[in-house]
Amino acid sequence: MTSRVNDFVVKIANVNGTGSASANGLLMKAIFRMGIPVVGKNFFPSNIQGLPTWFEIRVSKEGYLSRSGKVDLMVAMNAQTYAKDLAEVAPGGYLLYDSTWPRDKQLAREDVTLLGVPLAELVNKEFENIRARILMKNVCYLGVLAALLDIDMQVIEELLKETFADKQKLVAGNLKAIELGYYYAKEHFQCPLPLRLEKMDATKGHIMVDGNTMAGLGCVYAGATVGAWYPITPSTSLMDAFKEFCEELRVDPETGKNKYCIVQAEDELAAIGIVLGAAWNGARAFTPTSGPGISLMNEFIGFGYYAEIPAVIFDVQRVGPSTGMPTRTQQADLMLAAYASHGDTRHVLLFPADPAECFELAVKAFDLAERLQTPVLVLSDLDIGMNDWMVPKLKWDERYQPDRGKVYTREQLKEMQVFHRYTDADGDGIPYRTLPGVHPKGAYFVRGSGHNRRGGYTEDAAEYQDVLDRLTTKYHTAKTLVPLPVVKQKKGVKTAIVSLGSCDGAVREALDILNRQGTEVNYLRVRAFPFGKEVEDFLDRHERIFVVEQNRDAQLKSLLLIETQVDRDKLHSILHYSGMPIDCRCIVDGVTQALAKGAAA
Amino acid sequence: MSFISKPRVPVSKLPKNELGLTTREYEGSMSTLCAGCGHDSITAALIQAFWELNVEPHQVVKMSGIGCSSKTTAYFLGDAHGINAVHGRMPSVATGANSADRDLYYVGVSGDGDSLSIGLGQFAHALRRNLNMLYVIENNGVYGLTKGQFSASADVGSKAKKGEVNQQPPIDPVITAMAMGGSFVARSFSGDKEQLVPLLKAGIMHRGFALVDVLSPCVTFNDHEDSTKSYAHTRQFYHPAVHADFVASKKPIRTAYNEGEVMPVELHDGSTVLLRKVSKDYDPANRAKAYSYLHDHQKKGEIVTGLLYIDEGQRDMHEVSNTVPTPLRDLAYQDLTPGAKKLAEIQDRYR
Repeated sequence: MTSRVNDFVVKIANVNGTGSASANGLLMKAIFRMGIPVVGKNFFPSNIQGLPTWFEIRVSKEGYLSRSGKVDLMVAMNAQTYAKDLAEVAPGGYLLYDSTWPRDKQLAREDVTLLGVPLAELVNKEFENIRARILMKNVCYLGVLAALLDIDMQVIEELLKETFADKQKLVAGNLKAIELGYYYAKEHFQCPLPLRLEKMDATKGHIMVDGNTMAGLGCVYAGATVGAWYPITPSTSLMDAFKEFCEELRVDPETGKNKYCIVQAEDELAAIGIVLGAAWNGARAFTPTSGPGISLMNEFIGFGYYAEIPAVIFDVQRVGPSTGMPTRTQQADLMLAAYASHGDTRHVLLFPADPAECFELAVKAFDLAERLQTPVLVLSDLDIGMNDWMVPKLKWDERYQPDRGKVYTREQLKEMQVFHRYTDADGDGIPYRTLPGVHPKGAYFVRGSGHNRRGGYTEDAAEYQDVLDRLTTKYHTAKTLVPLPVVKQKKGVKTAIVSLGSCDGAVREALDILNRQGTEVNYLRVRAFPFGKEVEDFLDRHERIFVVEQNRDAQLKSLLLIETQVDRDKLHSILHYSGMPIDCRCIVDGVTQALAKGAAA
Repeated sequence: MSFISKPRVPVSKLPKNELGLTTREYEGSMSTLCAGCGHDSITAALIQAFWELNVEPHQVVKMSGIGCSSKTTAYFLGDAHGINAVHGRMPSVATGANSADRDLYYVGVSGDGDSLSIGLGQFAHALRRNLNMLYVIENNGVYGLTKGQFSASADVGSKAKKGEVNQQPPIDPVITAMAMGGSFVARSFSGDKEQLVPLLKAGIMHRGFALVDVLSPCVTFNDHEDSTKSYAHTRQFYHPAVHADFVASKKPIRTAYNEGEVMPVELHDGSTVLLRKVSKDYDPANRAKAYSYLHDHQKKGEIVTGLLYIDEGQRDMHEVSNTVPTPLRDLAYQDLTPGAKKLAEIQDRYR
């Protein structure tokens, strides 16, 4: 094998509940600290202990953030999946396995180099405690990899000390296990392998973080004070993060009292009810959930839309339909979210592409929800929410002030003759609202039943339609307020990709590959629904548009067809919906094949 | 329906409360319920209660779900914000509203369909949270707006207007609240304003979830012979166990009661509820005893009423959540943002 410096994939196959996550996280972080761009994907089961789990680490000197679609070095720690894991290794690759026990004869491939290390034996000699033996076996392969890949041992030691800052006595044991593996590898194999690491300086100014953590932090910076939720994978860690940040940053130092209120609700119906109640009463409130939660929240989302109450909902999408695969990723809630609830409803959606955007768009979601007085849904996914991504460090603009939208103050109300809740005073479809308890003149009655512009109950056709039409005006206003798409384009190029969210990394890599093959393709990533003029113009300018998304039914394409003027024949779908994060190969293949077919025809 | 506007005609003779307001200023829009509906009497009792308590109308937040009962929040306190949420989900909206501003008064009006069928889960969890609010169930054992189906509170053997006999056991909100750990559990009757008004006042001032289940006959669909939720039936089996007098904090407590039979309970704001036992063997401070008393008398077909259980010591949602005394919605943004330097520092943890 020719030397492959800083450009390969290591995949670790393990059994969940054995502490492998922390060993794998440490490995990835060590590479990151060596200044080498790296990305990690955790493929874990919906289970606590005993089922197969994989962690895939891609080292990419180019800084590509998606999966490469192949594995160069497999660490096969799980007998249940040996055969499948071996099959996945790319020709010329390596497989590291525990050679303590005799190897299954099936475990062989001529084009894969097997590296046997008696991990259990090494560890069992050194450690007495049974749990420690299980944990240390994982730490031990870290040592083997350190030798094979040339990981800086000093960095590993540093990381161990930080990880066990409160339990220093664990450092020695972990270090011992690492050394066992390290020296065994040095002695028995030619180290380093042709796949190896070399220090770079490409991670400066970056962090490794997951999207749920950043979304939770975004809620803190947005000034959210009320969070309501019902636990559901993969959104749970968002509220965990919010809670942890609040415990650190939002407790009055003098009184020890909390400047936030988190309610773990009885279900998602209650969670969104709490959010609407709090936001109606003037607090910034949010709920994190996933697809099944959105299904349950539908009725209330329609209420929020029609009664015009702000709400921020995070949908960390997982695989559907129904319970689906709770620990796998997809982008299949687009249609559900865009038109959630019965009746004529259309909602504002935001699509972050990575953890940094989870932070930015979390803040933006609160501003939009209050400006537009409507529920705003932030659609990330399991891949963004739960995996660590390398993203540029964010800067906070100290001048930021929350946009609380059109809310009459006590003074304004005092001067007023009469207040009507649902009139379009400014022509943008957004009415003025008042908060309870502020002034008697501000009082009005919120209802999900038919109401007129004054807020009164109505069954009158014209009065009802008047309000519904204003909501359409508001929808058009939303188009001018939502985040702009991200565009990468060259003049004159007529072929383009339109995509969203976590497809971004794979699309960008595919664009480079296509470019090297002589195919120039422009790119637009939508960041919000409804689509604004920029999206419409981009669609107009291109003749052939590939819509890349992670669902079966081409939901983004459907939204584009419904909500823009685009010519149906221009749009071609590239779909990926296996539950694994998309890789660039399916995009490159999809575009190449379609273009070849077009040329032939 | 509340679209019929009601002119506010000043009536000079009406007495004024300490705020200089008459009960007129505690009214809302015109009721569109059937003539003789029990719900309208409860609306009147709520108006009376808030007026007597000298609460500024706009300091109250009215919460409701869907149903005849839920419409009534439009019929009182026209100067207060109201929210007519979705069916059975008012408790969650009330939880949110209360979390945003702990200083306002929250009054929820619900019905037996809204709270005991579609909304049983939310009702139970608001109780469990001990959400600080008055929660009135206008209980008539029947679905009015959809024309006469049994609700979950209908008694076994009770007959519908069209002759069908209910076979399923009722869910009793009072017994449910006792079992779920409710901190204030009361029952009354829309036809007994003298009992009801002090109960509502005590419920408004109680810090925590105050359930007042009010039997409120449906004159159109459930007031006939063989209905156990009719005016006649309720009057016949009405069994007041405890009488409650509400004493506002400023008034000295007169000792016009016999020692041993009256139990004063001090509320958080300093006002007092005087509980006078009507039934000697009733103890409104003992959950287990009160529960078994209710159970026994329910078996006999009696409708036990009064302030049946009270515990001022239970912590409400904000106390459990340890929130700051300032309403969360009033916290300035500077008080909530950690700032740019902190963001840089936090991110360094992810290096």
